[in-house]
Amino acid sequence: MDAVKRYFRSPAAVIGLILLLLVIAMAVSAGFLYPRDPLALAGRPLIWPFSNPRFLLGTDNSGRDIAAQIFYGARISLLIGGVATAIAILIGILVGAFAGYYGGWVDNVLMRITEAFQTLPNFVLLLVLVAVFGSTLTTVTIAVGVVSWPAPARLTRAEFLSLRNREFVQAGKTLGMKDVQLILGEILPNALPPVIVYASVVMAVAILLESALAFLRLSDPNVASWGNLIGLGRDVLRVQWYVSAIPGIAILVTVLAVSLVGQGLNDALNPRLKGR
Amino acid sequence: MSETVLSLDGLTVRLPGGADRPHALSDVSLSIASNEILCVVGESGSGKSMMANAIMRLLPNEVSIERGRTMFDGRDLCAAEPAEMRDVRGAGIAMIFQEPMTALNPLRTIGDQIGEMFSIHTKLSKTEIAARVQALLEDVRIPDPSAAAKAYPHELSGGQRQRAMIAMALALDPKLLIADEPTTALDVTTQAQILKLIRDLQQRKKTAVLFITHDFGVVAEIADRVVVMQHGAIAEQGAADKVLNDPQHAYTKQLIAAVPPLKAPLPRLLSGKHILTIDGVSKTYRTGGFLGRGARVTEAVKNVSLHLPRGATLGIVGESGSGKSTLARCIVRLIDPDTGSILLNGKDWAKLSRDDVRRETRHIQMVFQDPFASLNPRRKAAELVAQGPIVHGTDRAEAIAEARKLFELVGLDPSAGDRFPHEFSGGQRQRIGLARALALKPDVLVADEPVSALDVSVQAQVLKLLAGLRQQLGLSIIFITHDLRVAAQICDLVAVMKDGAVVEQGLTAEVFGNPQHPYTQALLAAIPGGDFTCKRDAAALAGE
Repeated sequence: MDAVKRYFRSPAAVIGLILLLLVIAMAVSAGFLYPRDPLALAGRPLIWPFSNPRFLLGTDNSGRDIAAQIFYGARISLLIGGVATAIAILIGILVGAFAGYYGGWVDNVLMRITEAFQTLPNFVLLLVLVAVFGSTLTTVTIAVGVVSWPAPARLTRAEFLSLRNREFVQAGKTLGMKDVQLILGEILPNALPPVIVYASVVMAVAILLESALAFLRLSDPNVASWGNLIGLGRDVLRVQWYVSAIPGIAILVTVLAVSLVGQGLNDALNPRLKGR
Repeated sequence: MSETVLSLDGLTVRLPGGADRPHALSDVSLSIASNEILCVVGESGSGKSMMANAIMRLLPNEVSIERGRTMFDGRDLCAAEPAEMRDVRGAGIAMIFQEPMTALNPLRTIGDQIGEMFSIHTKLSKTEIAARVQALLEDVRIPDPSAAAKAYPHELSGGQRQRAMIAMALALDPKLLIADEPTTALDVTTQAQILKLIRDLQQRKKTAVLFITHDFGVVAEIADRVVVMQHGAIAEQGAADKVLNDPQHAYTKQLIAAVPPLKAPLPRLLSGKHILTIDGVSKTYRTGGFLGRGARVTEAVKNVSLHLPRGATLGIVGESGSGKSTLARCIVRLIDPDTGSILLNGKDWAKLSRDDVRRETRHIQMVFQDPFASLNPRRKAAELVAQGPIVHGTDRAEAIAEARKLFELVGLDPSAGDRFPHEFSGGQRQRIGLARALALKPDVLVADEPVSALDVSVQAQVLKLLAGLRQQLGLSIIFITHDLRVAAQICDLVAVMKDGAVVEQGLTAEVFGNPQHPYTQALLAAIPGGDFTCKRDAAALAGE
């Protein structure tokens, strides 16, 4: 409970949380505020924002309501961010925990695989995966998760390396615990805080990766996503720049919110590191 | 009368809100004259290190000097500008620390780091500096000074590093030397040498020394005058003889009484049956090398054979690197010994498979050294104690109920089971560790330095508890320690280890009363304040 108190003492962390809650509120209220399909034609194309009360944020080049797309896009971004992060962290913890706990050849094999993933620029790898497996929402999400796990794996491994020789782990061994019990029950809870904090970075990157894919028109075109909107706006960027700018701001705000929350969590979970 | 070098006048240091007390130091007044050693002694948290840092103005940001003066060289250091302080530090007041490895820069040679003192504070040329460094290293009697100047910190032993630190501190002939627990991290024989060195240098250079320690043995060895601190305030101060032999304050009396006597108590009747027999156990480490060539071989444990009679306590004593902890870990199979057998209840414990060790581990349990690192910070105390039985198949609720009973046994409040380890003091945590080991109802308890991280008064309580439990539960204990005074108090038998081998073993009273091996003799002679405790114990005996 101390951690919660410490979290709310930091203004940046509170602002981040408010922004993140706003984005979540957008995602939740999308269906209620815009009951129609956000990808359906709604009016004249390229209406400037604030010029028509029916389309508060204007319309894009095919006459679809930008506001509706932004609200529905929040769902997609949060979904991809959340699920891809969960996949990346899960793989990362598994690989890192085994490598760090057992060391020796297990560590060698797992770390060489991790390095292979890390040497490839992850966006290139993402392009390959999407090119091979197609660009539906599911494959994009899984692909983003699969390219993001090496960093959390290294972080988990480092934590395990330092924790596995601690006396409380040895004490667990002398009590007769099995390796699985030691890894899950003793070491992992102590290794988790930095990994959780790092998850916010993974989530921010995941949202950006999906947007970048969509900008190249390689993401799922059948859903309203911010990246898709930016990609569409590319054609009219010099005159109707707002088509790309509005979803750009939405991405900026979301990534900022996630980062601020992550930083706040870091300070709250590791209070001794603050002020260094 | 010699002149006063440093005087503290009502020095009060405020701690940030949320600390266990409002002031780290309250109203501390004392003075040090030239050519004297003033020992500041107190338990952990008494504010003794905070005092040294306050004098040097090296306090953490959130801690500040509230009032009082620190007069040195005719000026008040509490009011000095940062630039002035930089001139004072090193040149006027020098400091040596507890752990020389962390106080030295690992990437630069010893000679380079000592020479830095001159290049910062003087205008000497490079060759002059090199000559001065050489002279200093000879002064602190480092073996082979010219090689030591070129060595990196990790290439020297702990004692040699501390000598290098002293050379650095004395480089500019400071008026005052502050030594913050300079010998705590060292072995007894090294400690004795360093104490003698500090005394010699101090007498030759007429330096004033502020010596911070927690050990009354060290105080008896080195102090001219003593200041006893408790909770950030001075409890008692006076000449060393007077404070040691005729303490006035109750806290001083308590601290002196807690210093364990070196004499072994009357031997107890030992059982003829051996519960644990260690025969020819060896463990060798090989590091580096390629295909067996050029590897560094360390023989951590060499052909050790020991017996533990049922219900007895066997002490394994030795300095750091003697292999005693490796032996302990071999006995509980945290490390697999290379050769030899460990017979426990007739089974060869050294040859059991991993799965069998897991099953049989309830017969032999271990208590660890560091009460902070040996408890999982994310589990509640009762859960920690109940873990063992749960692993071995006891129902969870039942195990927790048992754990609460064990809390009572080790002298903790049973309702404290819902608290996390960080909410307990060091001594209480060690009791939790003990309860955890006892929860499996072991026959043999292996205790690896269980009291060396604790203050003397707490140490005495934990030892008393251990002795009581031994009687009550019929435990057989292997007790590993570097502190011969602690071993004398609790062990029926002792084995002295040096470089991985046992050099002498036997009944405690015999080994300590009439040591045969030169190494045992050297260990016993090196214990600081040996004469003082002997005198005290003789006085106590006469008083009875």
